[in-house]
Amino acid sequence: MSGPLPTAIHRLSAAGCDCGPDLHQEHGQRAVFCGLTSIVWLHRKIQDAFFLVVGSRTCAHLIQSAAGVMIFAEPRFATAVLQDRDLAGMADCNDELDRVVAQVIARRPEIRTLFLVSSCPSEVIKLDLGTAARRLGERYRGRVRVAAYSGSGIETTFTQGEDSCLKGLVNELPAATAAQRSLLIVGALPDIVEDQFQRLFDELGIGPVHFLPGRSSADLPAVGAGTRYLLAQPFLSDTARALDKRGARALDAPFPLGAEGTAAWLAAAAQAWDIPKARFDAVIAAPQARARRALAHHRERLSGKRISFLPDSQLELPLARFLHRECGMRLLEVGTPYLDRHTAAAELALLPTGVRVTEGQDLDRQLDRIRADRPDLTVCGLGIANPLEAEGLRTKWSIELTFTPIQGFDQAGDLAGLFTRPLDREQRLRF
Amino acid sequence: MELTFWTYEGPPHVGAIRVAASMRDVHMVLHAPQGDTYADLLFTMIERHGQRPPVSYTTFQARDLGQDTAALVMRALREAAERFRPKLMLVGDSCTAELLQDQPGSLARGAQLPMPVIPLELSAYSRKENWGASEAFYHLVRGLLGGRAAAPDGQRPPRGHGERPSVNLLGPSALGFRCRDDVIEIRRLLADVGVDVRVTAPLGASPEDLLRIPDADANVCLYPEVARTACGWLQRTFGQPTISTVPIGVGATCDFLREVGEATGVDVSHAVDAARSRLPWYSRSVDATYLTGKRVFIFADATHAVAAARIARDELGFDVVGLGTYSRELARDVRRAAQAYGVEPLITDDYLEVERHIAELQPELVLGTQMERHIAKRLGIGCAVISTPAHVQDYPARYSPQAGFEGANVIFDSWVHPLMMGLEEHLLTMFRDDFEFNDDRLPSHLAAHDAQGLRPAANESLADPDTAAPGWESAAEQELKKVPFFVRGKARRNTEKFALERGVDMISVETLYEAKAHYGR
Repeated sequence: MSGPLPTAIHRLSAAGCDCGPDLHQEHGQRAVFCGLTSIVWLHRKIQDAFFLVVGSRTCAHLIQSAAGVMIFAEPRFATAVLQDRDLAGMADCNDELDRVVAQVIARRPEIRTLFLVSSCPSEVIKLDLGTAARRLGERYRGRVRVAAYSGSGIETTFTQGEDSCLKGLVNELPAATAAQRSLLIVGALPDIVEDQFQRLFDELGIGPVHFLPGRSSADLPAVGAGTRYLLAQPFLSDTARALDKRGARALDAPFPLGAEGTAAWLAAAAQAWDIPKARFDAVIAAPQARARRALAHHRERLSGKRISFLPDSQLELPLARFLHRECGMRLLEVGTPYLDRHTAAAELALLPTGVRVTEGQDLDRQLDRIRADRPDLTVCGLGIANPLEAEGLRTKWSIELTFTPIQGFDQAGDLAGLFTRPLDREQRLRF
Repeated sequence: MELTFWTYEGPPHVGAIRVAASMRDVHMVLHAPQGDTYADLLFTMIERHGQRPPVSYTTFQARDLGQDTAALVMRALREAAERFRPKLMLVGDSCTAELLQDQPGSLARGAQLPMPVIPLELSAYSRKENWGASEAFYHLVRGLLGGRAAAPDGQRPPRGHGERPSVNLLGPSALGFRCRDDVIEIRRLLADVGVDVRVTAPLGASPEDLLRIPDADANVCLYPEVARTACGWLQRTFGQPTISTVPIGVGATCDFLREVGEATGVDVSHAVDAARSRLPWYSRSVDATYLTGKRVFIFADATHAVAAARIARDELGFDVVGLGTYSRELARDVRRAAQAYGVEPLITDDYLEVERHIAELQPELVLGTQMERHIAKRLGIGCAVISTPAHVQDYPARYSPQAGFEGANVIFDSWVHPLMMGLEEHLLTMFRDDFEFNDDRLPSHLAAHDAQGLRPAANESLADPDTAAPGWESAAEQELKKVPFFVRGKARRNTEKFALERGVDMISVETLYEAKAHYGR
């Protein structure tokens, strides 16, 4: 390889025509977390699960640093740190793993599911955690379910860790018959959001509704040809494919961010359940009006402001759509670490024609573009936010978007508020 | 494999990045997968750096593994050299890349870059962050100065006529504990006695600055975790003595000045005699009487643990009941200190073990890292943070060194503060019959956190539910309530333990005082 690669090696068209966003791919240095980071919210969501990363000190340090503070007495995640003797073959990795797992289970007898999470080093040495999970699953049968998935940075980016985890769960769901109709909401949502959606589905008369992942390991809804599923998060491509294989069918919709996104997302379910339009409108009227009211004063602040997204969480496309269509922001560049044209189809269709969408990353060149564009707001990872602020650019760090309740009608205002706050601060500070 | 919940130190490559991020005109190419870029936020979020650390990551992915990951290294090297034009390039690999054996150091040497290249071997599977920092700094110093001819007889030539005495400050780094202010304080201290600082490194130094290290009379090893290896090599190679007392605390600062005096031939007696710190007087002031004999537990990096133990015992009149470190490389220093204070050294990087020790010892104050702060909070014990791992609040806006005489002032304030709060609470309990100061209520300034305002059950019996805990007669229970709350938990546990050991089923007032006498010996 010689000389720098051209910035965009492929120019792709969204829909095979000149309409829609301007899609590019970029390769180079990336500045994103690995999939292990999703453990930070997954372990809060699945309250009787333990996540054991098999990796290095770097893995342990990453999760603890991404979690921000060491607030938990004893977290429900840990790292089995590989040592020289494991690599030199002086210790049998499977024996070592069994020993560490026994230690974890002895310490935390209340856990019901143990996830063995593979990492970059465990994958490079080809330590087969799938086989280990089956072996350990046998040993702890009836007490602890053992599953394995990849959170490694060579396979997964940030939120894809959740995709990898849920994909594994889908394969373990019991089978439902074709006659058993149900709606599955896929993707970890804060409990408060989940409860709001459940109430709306109840009022609409849609059900039974299940959520994946559930709050406890026992929540394993049956899935089959009668299952319709709605993705609540945009980063679940592999999980979606696994559900398709189980016979479930996807309901295509934009993601439930903002008043418009949430309405369209619910509408997809209402349509599949043949809910009369009048009833649908009646049920969503009040919360949708609340959402619009909440958005109104944020729109005043955001309208006409220019925004760029660095690739990070895969939430970039729906966020860009929301900020553009409901808050009037101008999109300069929408970066995403990975673009699945299938799950993103509804979002791409709602993005303005010609907006630059970049898949992948070449960090320094992307920062060059940010410096040239000087957007009013840049959405980026935690490591880059302060350097951009120091250059006089306003930022919103994206990891907050994965921890904060942002989905649904009653969070639409809060979501917009995350973007107005940096601009508000800019207005207030005099020195 | 080693089960790890929280870790005191990051991996060695983070230590190397700390050295790179401390310096000017240095860039590092790190062969590492994308997740390792989290290291940026340590600097930009915890220490609020306004720039990314000067690191280019190769961020290889699974699909690159079958192909040529070495080519990614070459590309990253060339692009970094061209874009950042550093005066020196560090090259290393993180844990995953170490397994690939691409040898980025050799690749970089063969890449004919227009700047010197220093390759680092970072031993990710046996070493940790501070070792990585030390190793990176040592290789930088050695790499730049290794070709320099040393004095043939190992003796330094005498200082030239009219040349001012000078030292180097080695060890302060990015993400170190209060390094920014310690450097300012030590420069002032040295200026007071007429000693110049030639080079401070790695913090703020450029590669050219490192070339001037041999010009100074001696090296101050300010943070042995980072600089001891380099100082040893400089001593052997250039006959530069190492000033090894870390000037944290009044006594240590005076010793440090004496050592500087010896190494440079400067009279430091006026500065030692003046010892311009308020700590000695504050410790003798009548209000500080209640500090005497406070039981303190210390766990930190070796430098700060050893310094804290000396201050605690000799300058505040505390009892050191526990002393330990996670720095295995410098464990010997802590073992030696522990022996001097008559305690068992605790050398571990398992925070659960540290927690067990603290719970067992029931100290009145914990001096530790952010990990110990959380442990102490859970156990209801006051705590001051004295070392890394630290968090954003440990990088304060105000000037707050640990080193030198002003550092001793800062230490007095920050250690005594959590104990003061305890005294205030004690005074409040004197009014406990007042409705607002009811014993079961949280202090009024904390009540907002809990609608009930009820005190958390921190002082409840910790007796193992499986063993039959002795009961309490109501008179004894009443008596226990008269014990100030911050020692009540300990009194309860001690009494129960005492009763259990003697087969007493019901604890009476008598048992309570028997136990008090027993444990109060």
